[in-house]
Amino acid sequence: MAFEIAPDCRYAENHEWICVEGDTATIGISDYAQQELTDVVYVELPEVGQSFGQGEPFAVVESVKAASDVFMPVAGEVIEVNASLEDAPEFVNDDPYGDGWFVRIRIADPGELDGLMDPDAYRAYVAAQAS
Amino acid sequence: MSYVPHTEAEQRAMLARIGSASVRDLFAAVPEAHRFPEVSLPPPLSEPELLAELHALAARNLDLSTAPCFLGAGAYHHFVPSVVRHMTSRSEFYTAYTPYQPEISQGTLQTIFEYQTMICRLTGMEVSNASHYDGATALAEAAIMAVDVARGRRREVLLSPDIHHEYRQVVRTYTQAMDLDIVGDKEPNATLESLVQRVGPQTACLVVQTPDFYGRILDLSGLAEQVHARGALLVVVCDPISLGMLRPPGAFGADIVLGEGQPLGIGLQFGGPYLGFFACRMAHVRRMAGRLAGETVDAQGRRGYVLTLSTREQHIRREKATSNICTNQGLNVLAAAVYLSALGKCGLAQVASLCYHRAHYAARAIAALPGYAVDDAQPFFKEFVVRCPAPAREINRRLLQEHGTVGGLDLASVDPAREHEMLLCVTEMNPVAEIDRLVSALAEVGS
Repeated sequence: MAFEIAPDCRYAENHEWICVEGDTATIGISDYAQQELTDVVYVELPEVGQSFGQGEPFAVVESVKAASDVFMPVAGEVIEVNASLEDAPEFVNDDPYGDGWFVRIRIADPGELDGLMDPDAYRAYVAAQAS
Repeated sequence: MSYVPHTEAEQRAMLARIGSASVRDLFAAVPEAHRFPEVSLPPPLSEPELLAELHALAARNLDLSTAPCFLGAGAYHHFVPSVVRHMTSRSEFYTAYTPYQPEISQGTLQTIFEYQTMICRLTGMEVSNASHYDGATALAEAAIMAVDVARGRRREVLLSPDIHHEYRQVVRTYTQAMDLDIVGDKEPNATLESLVQRVGPQTACLVVQTPDFYGRILDLSGLAEQVHARGALLVVVCDPISLGMLRPPGAFGADIVLGEGQPLGIGLQFGGPYLGFFACRMAHVRRMAGRLAGETVDAQGRRGYVLTLSTREQHIRREKATSNICTNQGLNVLAAAVYLSALGKCGLAQVASLCYHRAHYAARAIAALPGYAVDDAQPFFKEFVVRCPAPAREINRRLLQEHGTVGGLDLASVDPAREHEMLLCVTEMNPVAEIDRLVSALAEVGS
């Protein structure tokens, strides 16, 4: 199965990506994840100002198949949510690393980023899962 | 034929594996005297003898097809057209289980879809689920949903004291492990105004019932606006028959409308199973418990039905499901859908009108009896409170024994201080002549 991996992101085991910009970061789900979910029909986002620990569920993504939790790759406070997903959840399918982003956060502990996968490691991780 | 599926060889293999000599040995923990007791039964009967015995037993019941009944209080004696039983007895519906492979059960899905459509039209709401067990559990689900809509930050559920007391108990039982504050209903003198004033920053929803437990119709004008201004939801419990003549709660801006669907062609059936109907605004559909059937087209453009929304149910979301009771009442949903179809808009309006006018006819006549008084300070629908010259328990006993009539609910069962009051219910099943006989009987037993 063909899927894209954005080169400038880091990845968590539950298939979230995180793209760091200084002490903030943008988070979404990977191309592989959106393909596995199939058509996304609804995204339930947190509210700005909410804080989550690493690995805590912060959003729910609902496809025609199931409703699944989305987990924080690193701890942080939500500073912006992608409100356009409310009317256009298909952005998650069409452009998972762009218009389909979920939230922007202020990173609580940059050290947690070290535990995440780089694109090569994530590619190997998905390949191992798929086999 | 044996109903035990295991062969003797399989049983021996299993016993050998666990180190037991026989199946009987597995019951060794039960005290000897209770292990395989002799049950003393009468000798066997032939089928005609058995039927005669059962008929004799049944004859000791009071049968509402002949006995006049003025008891309501949450379970109502309304007419059930024969077509309802005919449809619910069809084996395609009768034997089917909840559709875990939903699209193969087109008949079930179409039934749910049509039921949902009719509930929405009846309540004036945008979306209805496929139903709950009964009105009380539907209210508990509404309370949980309101807390969920507030994302758990508002954990107070404000109940009017005039909601059916059993419903309020069920809400408490259902939510006991959820750390919610169920408040408001312990103040018997609360009014709509005082309840609204209690809606605070912690309140997830205000719940009112109309007609309320005592039959009184609430004026919902402006209520939703006031509740919304305080950041909470308005939940309305209602009698579906009353919606044949009253403006629906949806038109007053209610966020969740629910109630007992038993009056819709389900009959009294000894207290259950009943039907909880539940409808809400589209904006909250993903917080709604249960499932939703929808209409669509297949690959060839033909009409078909699907489970449009069930992704939040427990078989998918496990402990994060919107509810852990996602079963719907399939056969009763069918009964309600057939009932509403058979009556149509005009028929339902006629049933509502008969209930209303006969209840008022009865209330006027009873109010004129010496020693009796009727609480008619507020508009009422098909139930009203009667103050009696003797304890309601005593009036009811004499109505039953001397007149073969089921009286109203003895309000001492709700509040010991109200033993002289009863809640009377009049429906289209009480002809005027029957009401006249009740009034004479009341005059007699009250003097």
